[in-house]
Amino acid sequence: MSGVALPRLCCEWLHGCSGCEVALLNGGDLFLGLLEQVDIVHFPLLMDHKCPDGPEGNPSLPRAEIGLVSGGVASKAQLEVLRTMRDRCRILVAFGTCASHGGIPALRNQWTTEQALSTVFHGDDCEYSSESESKGWLDRIYAIDEWVEVDLLLPGCPPRPETIVEVVAALAAGQQPQLTEKSVCEHCPTVRTGSGRMTVRRFLANADYEPEEPMDSMRCLFEQGLLCMGPVTVGGCGGREMPLCIRARVPCRGCYGPVRRQGNQLLDLLNILASKGIDHRAIVDRISLLRFSGAHGLLKPNIQG
Amino acid sequence: MGQVISIQPVTRIEGQARIDIHLDDAGQVADARLLIDALRGFEQFVIGRPAEEIPRIVSRICGICPWMHHLAAAKAIDGCFAVTPPLAGQLLRELCHVLAHIHDKILHFFFLAAPDFIFGPSSDYSVRSIMGLVHRHPDLAAEVVRMRQLGLAMLERIAGKATHPVAAVVGGFAKPMTGQERQSLQADGRILLDFACRALNYAKQKVFVRLADEEAALGAITTGFLGTVDDQGSLRFYQGQLRLMRHDGSTVDFAAVEYNRYLAEWAEPWSTAKMIYARAWDEFFSLDLEAPRGVYRVNTLARINVCDRIATPLAQAELEAFRARFGRPAQGMLLAHWARLIELVYACERVLELLADERIIEPMVRTPAEPQAGRGVGQVEAPRGTLIHDFTTDNNGCIVRANLIVGTTHNIASMNMSVRRAAATLIAEGQVDAVLLNRIEMAVRAYDP
Repeated sequence: MSGVALPRLCCEWLHGCSGCEVALLNGGDLFLGLLEQVDIVHFPLLMDHKCPDGPEGNPSLPRAEIGLVSGGVASKAQLEVLRTMRDRCRILVAFGTCASHGGIPALRNQWTTEQALSTVFHGDDCEYSSESESKGWLDRIYAIDEWVEVDLLLPGCPPRPETIVEVVAALAAGQQPQLTEKSVCEHCPTVRTGSGRMTVRRFLANADYEPEEPMDSMRCLFEQGLLCMGPVTVGGCGGREMPLCIRARVPCRGCYGPVRRQGNQLLDLLNILASKGIDHRAIVDRISLLRFSGAHGLLKPNIQG
Repeated sequence: MGQVISIQPVTRIEGQARIDIHLDDAGQVADARLLIDALRGFEQFVIGRPAEEIPRIVSRICGICPWMHHLAAAKAIDGCFAVTPPLAGQLLRELCHVLAHIHDKILHFFFLAAPDFIFGPSSDYSVRSIMGLVHRHPDLAAEVVRMRQLGLAMLERIAGKATHPVAAVVGGFAKPMTGQERQSLQADGRILLDFACRALNYAKQKVFVRLADEEAALGAITTGFLGTVDDQGSLRFYQGQLRLMRHDGSTVDFAAVEYNRYLAEWAEPWSTAKMIYARAWDEFFSLDLEAPRGVYRVNTLARINVCDRIATPLAQAELEAFRARFGRPAQGMLLAHWARLIELVYACERVLELLADERIIEPMVRTPAEPQAGRGVGQVEAPRGTLIHDFTTDNNGCIVRANLIVGTTHNIASMNMSVRRAAATLIAEGQVDAVLLNRIEMAVRAYDP
């Protein structure tokens, strides 16, 4: 509450899960510190700033230097919010993997919206359904850069709390945030020998490791024969430390999206399997190698895995 | 035609919703609805996925309670593959589940709900938030933020990833706990329990003193309740049977796998969220404020109402005091906040209880599984209420059918009743202002949707 006006921060959420917003709060002291660097002017989870539809039908969002948008775009109403955010915010950030690449909700893109509605509302456990609920949904789930220009992708499911705070603080200070461009593997301390099992098996039994031993004594999970998306996924989930799923001794599933913005996690992984001579048919449900990046038209109805 | 007043969006709740209040020509409330647009399609897009992957897909239903979905799914997939986790695996899962309740309750109470009471519903919106709390009560805000972070740090130590977790796997848990980890967790657990007790005392002095007045301003609804208890009738979060209580206090207990016999889903034409009613009462479904049919509540107050006791001493003492004052079942909408903090104390006590069990550090945490055809129903108590995951697999162990009933879905019916009651009580002759509308939102916030 000092006399100097702080840069304003405006946050909106679209077709997501609130996990990105919670990740920001999970910063703890870092979150408290951020409150001294920005003025939060709109944030539905935390404050009662309302945005009723204005005269042109778009929501009345405040102007801000920095805008964070989480979630992909699934409905016309969400698209209006997104377009208004783009209009009102000088710098627009795709906050999290859903906004950047579609995220888990974009798995729905393997079906049409009508099919999904039918399955959810006309299931055999539901006694009555209406026709009105299909109004307002788009044909699929979109990443936000399919509709508006986006200044920065901040992927992650959710993004690491300290990374969120660093990015917002850098933007508030007029600097370009530095995000890693390395893969999960390049952040992973497990032992790789270049050789390994020539198959990919389902994760039905735990990896082979000594619980009391440090992580850099565990053999790479891929080389243990487990499907791991580390090679084709951008790192950063563990901040400066090792990847989070690896800490749980569990293989990566790709939640930060592709290493390169335009990358295709499915094709990239199939290439790696081919280069190692591993038969890709060992993977059940290959199409869900796009588990977190099914927007941008990559997942479509009736594609078989 | 009358007028429609919209609250858009409903704020300080953990999701997206709007309220539409329909006034007649005389300015009286004709109807009021809580609208949640939520076609996520999880029941659709889990189809065909290998079942062992489901716990780390459905966690994305909710970024605030991912552990609940993660664990309900893990339990359901155990059922599909007919595998029983080793005891240590089960203890670790429950420990994570209870820990996840702790940071969620702190978030909801202090970040989202308490500002209405600490600053009052008529305070300016720029103050009435966690940011306001940081400026006006920096010490309290800092402690609240740090205690949440401590709970999350404990989860990371056990499970690697705290938000959208991955450590619960079909057949058990992905990594055992070491003796050293256990010691550090016990120390941190004691800090959380101490905080929980102080938080409840603080709330009694500064927050709950306003409950009666605010409750009176909103009006009352009368519903049944649903929650989870063990075979002793004690409150349980992770494992137990479901108990459905009528408004007169009579109860019926049933196993989660039988949920279809006791509960039924219903879709109103105006709502994009499904509703659920108590099929077991054989009275169908009505949101009539004076004579509701089939409507029950889940979540903190429901659990506190349906349980006969709480198996940990500090929470049990709080339950007895609560019951002596408000009766059983207690119906007040805002009492959910009080129940939430009693549950916070229970959760902290339960963390220490679980960590005191020597078997939690046993190295065998996972039973290897084989993909097969089967059906599994996994149920846990999420902060928002009873959560049921129901999956069926094919011979290859891939999902062919899914039905998910999340906590908030049970409460859609009762939340709509609360909104209508609050609107009808508060609005006269079409007169509304920001303070009045915030009071209507308080009726929703209590449910923590």
